Amino acid sequence: MERNPLRRQLQMMRKSFFDQGYLDDQFVQLEELQDEANPNFVEEVVTLYYRDSSRLILSIEQALERKPFDFNKLDAYMHQFKGSSSSIGAKKVKAESTLFREYCKSGNKEGCMRCFQQLKKEYATLRKKLEAYFQLARQAGPMETACRPK
Amino acid sequence: MAADSEFHVLAVDDSIIDRKLIERLLKTSSFQVTTVDSGSKALEFLGLHEDDGIINTNTPSVSPNNHQEVEVNLVITDYCMPGMTGYDLLKKIKESSSLKNIPVVIMSSENVPSRISRCLEEGAEEFLLKPVRLSDLNKLRPHMLKTKIKDHQEPEKQDKEEKQQQPQSNNNNRKAMEEGISTEKIRPRLNGITAMV
Repeated sequence: MERNPLRRQLQMMRKSFFDQGYLDDQFVQLEELQDEANPNFVEEVVTLYYRDSSRLILSIEQALERKPFDFNKLDAYMHQFKGSSSSIGAKKVKAESTLFREYCKSGNKEGCMRCFQQLKKEYATLRKKLEAYFQLARQAGPMETACRPK
Repeated sequence: MAADSEFHVLAVDDSIIDRKLIERLLKTSSFQVTTVDSGSKALEFLGLHEDDGIINTNTPSVSPNNHQEVEVNLVITDYCMPGMTGYDLLKKIKESSSLKNIPVVIMSSENVPSRISRCLEEGAEEFLLKPVRLSDLNKLRPHMLKTKIKDHQEPEKQDKEEKQQQPQSNNNNRKAMEEGISTEKIRPRLNGITAMV
């Protein structure tokens, strides 16, 4: 049992991400790649993800405003976005990406737009949660970001 | 054991996140790694110009080691890339007399059987579903060892050595493809739970 209250809090926070479906097993895979030589690997990957995917979000936003609607282009952007989200274990974001691509394939403009709004919400929610998590990890001490899976 | 001497893997992916990931995965598996973000850069690094033979320029755009003769023991590439796809890259490598013996592994986020069989038919050693895991990389070393052994053998001995040492040769894969896709090559995923034990 973790005696340090900050570490306990960190563990609980982490567990909630999995329990509530924000993250999947791929996140654990990232944690397992972290070690003394690469102590901030997970945070580095997540930071890279948010930096890289924010430009994709912008591209998609612009494409959604264009007339005529280019479903192929949208699908291509979302394919990239889905790939990155999947690589960090962003479960809900990935699910929204899949849904968006289905709307693209069926040429459903309304569906795309609704879905994209939901996707942005999930994306932002996850970002806040992970930022809080990494911040707490820094406070709790260097050993804590790589917790062994339940 | 000499088998664990440094193997050098060239990883090709247009996604910066996936490049970071594959680099870490490969380094954790004790491989030397070079990452590039496109098929054309991969060919440059390998010392092959896209359209015609060997180039004489000295510095490929991305390389820690600006030396054309740096040995690459395996190429691992994403399938979906703008411009030259992983499949195009695979073809170019297999069509090149100087590069055709380099094992190539394809990665893809999409499980498309026709895509998989096309790549295997073109000479890819493995087809890995993304996100790639550490356990997937355990499949790579045998392909690299096979090539190293080939390089050190007499031509007559080669066939015998290969039949003895490979439980899983390209011939088996071709057969498997005629019968249906080999499940050894593709690991189906069920909501994050891997089906392979």
